[in-house]
Amino acid sequence: MKYESQRVAMPYFVFALILFAGQIVFGLILGLQYVVGDFLFPEIPFNVARMVHTNLLIVWLLFGFMGATYYLVPEEAQTELHSPLLAWILFWVFAAAGTLTILGYLFVDYATLADVTLNKLLPTMGREFLEQPTITKIGIAVVVVAFLYNIGMTALKGRKTVVNIVLMTGLFGLAVLWLFSFYNPSNLATDKYFWWFVVHLWVEGVWELIMGAILAYVLIKLTGVDREVIEKWLYVIIAMALITGIIGTGHHFFWIGPPEYWLWLGSVFSALEPLPFFMMVVFAFNMINRRRRNHPNKAAMLWAMGTTVMAFLGAGVWGFLHTLAPVNYYTHGSQITAAHGHMAFYGAYVMIVLTIISYAVPIMRGRPYGNSNTAQIVEMWGFWLMTISMVFITLFLTAAGVLQVWLQRIPESGSALSFMAGQDQLALFYWMRFVAGAFFMAGLVVYLGSFFVKGQAAPDEEVRGTPTQDA
Amino acid sequence: MAERFTKSMARNIYLGGSAFFVLLFLALTFDTQLRAMPERDNRNELTEEVVRGKHLWENNNCVGCHSIMGEGAYFAPELANVFDRRGGGDTEVFKSYMRAWMNSMPTNIPGRRQMPDFNLTDQEIDDLSAFLEWTSKIDDNDWPPNIEG
Repeated sequence: MKYESQRVAMPYFVFALILFAGQIVFGLILGLQYVVGDFLFPEIPFNVARMVHTNLLIVWLLFGFMGATYYLVPEEAQTELHSPLLAWILFWVFAAAGTLTILGYLFVDYATLADVTLNKLLPTMGREFLEQPTITKIGIAVVVVAFLYNIGMTALKGRKTVVNIVLMTGLFGLAVLWLFSFYNPSNLATDKYFWWFVVHLWVEGVWELIMGAILAYVLIKLTGVDREVIEKWLYVIIAMALITGIIGTGHHFFWIGPPEYWLWLGSVFSALEPLPFFMMVVFAFNMINRRRRNHPNKAAMLWAMGTTVMAFLGAGVWGFLHTLAPVNYYTHGSQITAAHGHMAFYGAYVMIVLTIISYAVPIMRGRPYGNSNTAQIVEMWGFWLMTISMVFITLFLTAAGVLQVWLQRIPESGSALSFMAGQDQLALFYWMRFVAGAFFMAGLVVYLGSFFVKGQAAPDEEVRGTPTQDA
Repeated sequence: MAERFTKSMARNIYLGGSAFFVLLFLALTFDTQLRAMPERDNRNELTEEVVRGKHLWENNNCVGCHSIMGEGAYFAPELANVFDRRGGGDTEVFKSYMRAWMNSMPTNIPGRRQMPDFNLTDQEIDDLSAFLEWTSKIDDNDWPPNIEG
């Protein structure tokens, strides 16, 4: 850690991991409710647990992105953070707002929550992933703008690297697109169209810039490869992400009202959306093969490789599986969508945040070369347990989805099974998904346990060899 | 060989490519929203009742279990075509179905998925029915494939 103010990233990472644990607990509750329908009813109905599960994910990823930004922007800019105090204030404001919102979901009836938070003045609630009370949405906007100010002032007064520019662009896009969460017309078709400006253009647009920048930063640090080479890759990857992803939004416009030309545009461009993720895999493995140093933090290296592979599988391959309009006609809104969503979010965004945590947290704890070998082994066990469990969650949900489509979607009206009759036939796969989810929880416990293993990697484990032949 | 492709070329592809596609996306959005949607989304029948129904839909977080035009949660049935599935396309039949359904929730059958009792008035249930009926008439390229949603 070169600048003292980078340390402000620490509370962001710690709180992110706490929320992550909460997210998984609610994931297990949901998984069980799929097979034991009345589990925890009426105390925690499915819709409440789901809202907690997805909102915790979004909020902890935002904490992770902010932590990553506070950590890497000062170092890239070669200057102290503009205002560490502001960063601390924003941390507490965001943490309090997030916690209160989740507690509101759990302990207040949703309609009452809408009522007491004066949703009727500016109705924005009750839409998937945007369930937050309007006041919370305003809070998020304020926190993000102040955060951008703090980071922007830092980046502007120092060295302007491509990593910083791309990261700032992604975060700025995130903030601008968030404004669409306040637009909720009474026409459902219009509402849905612009809802995707937040949801799709975040996760298949500007968040890919954030992911690319964090990945590039970590690879520069871990491999010692020339910054020029890494920055060139970063530009090409984000170019592909935006060139395919922006018009790729059209794959959400197939069945919600927009005209038929979106069937073509959405299919063609979103079929190309795996490209940037594939390039990230090639990028990461290439840079690691051409490394000029063997960084002793092997766990961070594993996360960096893992995030590219899993993002490519989850976002790329599983996205492609159902993105073409003739396929999507049958699979839209089935368990196949859920399978894709789980692996894509885990691979791309959960794992990139865990990558930067794996790299940065040991340094902030005074272990510049990484955690002790034992701690790294425990962390890698966490990596494999969580990642393999997520692969199985995805496979079981995919199997459930294929069967659901076969029973409920493909037959003609009259011979197709009703939704609930179909769900009964999927119970076996839902049980297996639940078991895989329990293994994921075990993996998370192991992962979190790795933070409590003492000791650090020794400098002499750092092997600075001669450059490899093709470097 | 690779050196011929420089960083500034990569940056130009990024800037030019994204600027072009942002503009194209905006143009398509204008065409979709201003030209195409008015003829497809049934907005002439967007009554006060439908608007109230949409607010009820949102304030009770219906999308937390159900999907509507395939979006939402996958825990409970698709509702964009429930007007056709349960009401047979008839407004009065659908309204009485909805009143009977909403007032019999939750079923409390052990082990089965449960829908909460949202304590809606008859007027509110009618508003919700109007919203679902209106939604069923949006031209969504003939999705879903069959009546089961």
